Order: sequence, then structure tokens, then C-alpha cells
Amino acid sequence: MDQEQPPPITKPSRFKRAADVWGRVRRHPPTVIGLAIVVFFLLMAVFGPVIAPYKFSDQIATARLQGPSWEHWFGTDQFGRDVMSRLLWGARDIFLVAGFGTALAVLAGATLGLISGYAGRWVDEGVMRFLDVLLSLPPLLLAMVLLGSVGPSRFNIIIVVGVLYVPMVARVVRSVVLDIKTREFVEAAKLRGERGSYIMSREILPNALPALAVESSMRFSYAIFLVASLGFLGLGVQPPAPDWGLMVNEARSWFDQAPWMLFFPAGAIAFLIVGVGFLSDGMRRILWPTGVSE
Amino acid sequence: MLRYLLRRLGLIILTVLAASLIIFAITQFLPGDVARLIVGQFATEQAVENVRVELGLDKPIHIQYLNWLGGFVTGDWGQSLTSRVPVRPLVFDRLWNSSWLAFLALLFYVPLGIFLGVLAALRRDKPSDSVITAFGMTFAGIPEFVTGLVLISVFAFGFKWLPANSSIAPGATFWEALPQLILPAITVSLVSLGYITRMTRASTVKVMDADYTRAAYLKGLPRYQVLLKHVLRNSLLPTVTVIFMGIGWLIGGLIVTEQVFGYPGLGRLIVGAVQKQDLPLIQASSMVVVTVFAISNLIADLLYVVLNPRIRLQ
Repeated sequence: MDQEQPPPITKPSRFKRAADVWGRVRRHPPTVIGLAIVVFFLLMAVFGPVIAPYKFSDQIATARLQGPSWEHWFGTDQFGRDVMSRLLWGARDIFLVAGFGTALAVLAGATLGLISGYAGRWVDEGVMRFLDVLLSLPPLLLAMVLLGSVGPSRFNIIIVVGVLYVPMVARVVRSVVLDIKTREFVEAAKLRGERGSYIMSREILPNALPALAVESSMRFSYAIFLVASLGFLGLGVQPPAPDWGLMVNEARSWFDQAPWMLFFPAGAIAFLIVGVGFLSDGMRRILWPTGVSE
Repeated sequence: MLRYLLRRLGLIILTVLAASLIIFAITQFLPGDVARLIVGQFATEQAVENVRVELGLDKPIHIQYLNWLGGFVTGDWGQSLTSRVPVRPLVFDRLWNSSWLAFLALLFYVPLGIFLGVLAALRRDKPSDSVITAFGMTFAGIPEFVTGLVLISVFAFGFKWLPANSSIAPGATFWEALPQLILPAITVSLVSLGYITRMTRASTVKVMDADYTRAAYLKGLPRYQVLLKHVLRNSLLPTVTVIFMGIGWLIGGLIVTEQVFGYPGLGRLIVGAVQKQDLPLIQASSMVVVTVFAISNLIADLLYVVLNPRIRLQ
């Protein structure tokens, strides 16, 4: 890893670079599929509640457990709630919860990794040992016990996702920093007498950004996985919220009568995570081809 | 080697200790008064106070922690708050069940993952590689509760080949329980299968590009010999570590899968304990999981050293 050099840094126009990236994306079908899926769900998260025919909590007493029809494309649940509308509302939820959780982890993790990798010595040792302790608990277990204790509000879930993924982000950033730190331009900045904060934020961070972007997208897919699993276990967002994992959990009791209650949210979760995963893998190929595949 | 072993062992004990501190700290935030929960809603204030003194809940928090830790180490894990049975036999019973499921899953996904990974690497950039890689990534991204429910609806409700519910009767032998273990085992496996396939492919591709592999070919060695002696011996090394590193995933997968199939394992026990806020049960079962996790990480480290002479000689 260490001896591999990054591609030479040239600076073509922004437009040229964007066209270049798109050209490489286009040649790799899984990345295109991933991008399409993510864009689809992103639109759903933005416009879902606007185009949903019903509110997620609207109960139509005369239309309980009805199969897919023109009236209710994805059928209705045991309270007569429109499954498609709930899916459309829920998209925003999962993007916000998993997204903010990931953002928190990336912010905190990148800061810790940057400082720890740059400072080295006892700072590095201390930070890394502390993060190792967090890693000594399997993620889902830690999330469950934390949420069980502090209560499963959306805010708490975001914090828990953030805390959980800080160590992973920090480790990746640190390993990149350790590599960049030895380059000549960092040496030069040091000799110029620049301050540590300047070197970290202006010299090292920009060069660590591709790796960070790849890592963030991968964390995001894990975060969705985790939030959905917590919802399914009943330890995530509580009813009557249109959380997809929760919807799958509730649908289990009605499976023989109303399998559509289960298939649509389960399918949405699977598609979204796989889509983000494909996109993240494509980003790795393009942005950070020399990187370690964790 | 002995010094290394001792150092690693010491580190593991420190890790578990630190984890115990975290678990204890988190569970302090659980709402409700344990003493009140034990004596019941209608007991007198005096009765609650007596239980509190008896359990040492009136002592300062660090003494409580040390008491709890001491109790855990000496095997006194307390009583479940909800079912009023001793925690230790219950946890071990469930751990035993979970290990069977984990064992079956490992037996399934490790060989298959390695096979697929090597196959994909050998056919690099051909259609079969793309298909394997895409499948691997897809499996790795689908949560266990989705795969589990799909498998149930196809093989239990559709074909009626296997049972949908895996609540094994107590005292059932392995062979009696086997049909109920198959679907959960496959469910747990798929995420890890995708992961192992991917990692094996990556390491194999790397070795196939190495100079010594090229040299072996140029020397005129037959293909199978290069593969067995030069490529696989080196490319499977990281895979061994990856398998043990993946135990954390496996534990998470077991928690969800056991819930899907109603399988009486440790994961299901923990979910129930967290939902019912059963403090002693949460603490003890989390500690058991952390210990198992730490030991598997230790085995990963040791295996890597044992299998890799370059590190061993340093």
C-alpha cells in the first residue's frame, strides 16, 4: 500500500473533470445501477411525502388488509393504512436518520483520525486504544444496549449510529494521513513554519478527501443496514412511524393474509442498501483505486 | 512466541475489562429502579430499601461496578428480573444453541466463499467474475431479516420443505433439530458469504499479479501447481483473518436471524432482555458476547502469526 503512488495531480477544468468521471462511471454497469437506485430513492425521500396519496398515519377503516389495487398500489395494512404512502413517507426518515448518523461519524472520525495520525506518539496511542475499546463490542449489540437504555428516539438513533462508526472512519483517515504525512509538500510546509492546524486542514485533509468520500458512502450503506435492522428488532423508531424495518416487523404477523405488507418495505430496504453499496464500490474504483479494500 | 501470546492475552483481558465498564455505564441509564422491580409495585418503601441494601445498590457507583464485575468473574450472575430464574444457566444454554447455528453457518459460507472468491479471481474480468462479484455485493447488502423472510416464504410457505419456525424443543438432539436449523443457517450466511467472496477475490488477484507467481509460470510449472503452491498458500492467508474479523458481523446477523425464526439463541435472549429492560440479563449476556468476540479476535491474530512465517520470525 505504502509504496503505491497516487495518480499524478493535474488540474483540468472542473467541467472536464466531471465529464471524465461520468465517462468512467458509464463504463461500469454496477455503478450505473447503483447510482440510478440511489437517485430514485433520494427523489422519493425529497418528494415522497408530497406525492403520497395518503398520510403515513391515515387509517381507512373500510380498507383493511387489501391487496394491491388501483386505489392502493401496494395494498393496505391491518389498520387500513396505504402501504405505498407509508413507504414514500419512510424514505425521508431512513435518509435523514442514517444520513445524519453517518455525517456525525464522518465528522468526528475524520477529526480524530487526522489529529491522531498527524500528532503520532502518545496522542495516537491514546486515541486508537480508546477507539479499540468501542470496537470490542459488536456493533449491533452496542446499538441495541445503548438504545434500550437511552430510549429509541430518532435523535438517539442518530447519535448511536455516529458513535458506532467513529472508530472505523477514524482508522481509515488515520492510515491515509500516515501515508500523506511523509510526502515532500508536508515537509515543505513544516519547514515554512506553518502551524499544525494549517498543515492538517490545508495540506493533508484535501488529499485525504477521496478516501474519506469512499469511506462515507460505505458507512452510509452500513448505517441504513443498521437502522433498518434496529427497526425490525423493535428497538429503532417506534410506531406509528413509517420506518421500513418496523413495517417489515409488523407485517410478519399478517403474512398469510397480506404478504404485500412485507414484500414492499423489505424490497425497498434491500434495493436501497444494495444500490448504495454498488455506488460506493464504483466511487472506490474511480476516486481511490489504490485504497485498501477493508 | 510465548511472549507474544502472553501479551495478546493480556490485551484481551484489558479489552474485556474496558468493555465491561462500557456495558455497566450504559446500563446505568436504564429507566426504573431495580429494587422496586424485584419486590413489586405494591411493596412498602421499607421492603424496597431492604432489597436495595441486599443488592448493594445503596453503595457508591464504583463499588457497585466492582461488586458486579466480581460477581460476573466468580460466576454469580444474578437473577433475571422478568423470569426470576438464575441468569447463568440460561445464558449458557442459549449460547450453546447459538454456537450450533454459527457453526453450521461457518461450515456453509467459509468453503463456498473461498471457492467463489478464487473462481472469480481466476476468471478475472470475464463475465463469470462480474456475476460472482455482483452477487457477492448484493448478498452482502441485504439485511438478514429480509433474506430470512424471503427464504421462509419460498421454502416454508411455498414449497413446504422446511419449517418456518425454529423454536427448537428443549432436549432435542442435533439431528432432530437439523431441519429447523437449515434456513436460519443460510440466512446468517449470506451477508458473510458475500464478504468472504469479495475479500478472497481481492487477495487472490493481488497474489496472481505478484512477481513470484509470474516467475513460477515462466519457470514452466504446471498451472495447478502454481495455483496450489504459490497462489493459494499466500492468498488465503488474509482470508483466515477476514473470517475471524467477520465474527462481529456474524454475531449481529445471529441476533436478527434468531429473531426472524424464533430460534432460542443468545441473540434472541438479548433482544428480549433489552425490550423488557432486564438489567442482569442484559449485562451478563453482553459480557458473554464481548468475551466470545474478543477470543475470536485473539484466534485471528494467532492464526495469522502461525500461518505467516514472515511475521513469526520477527
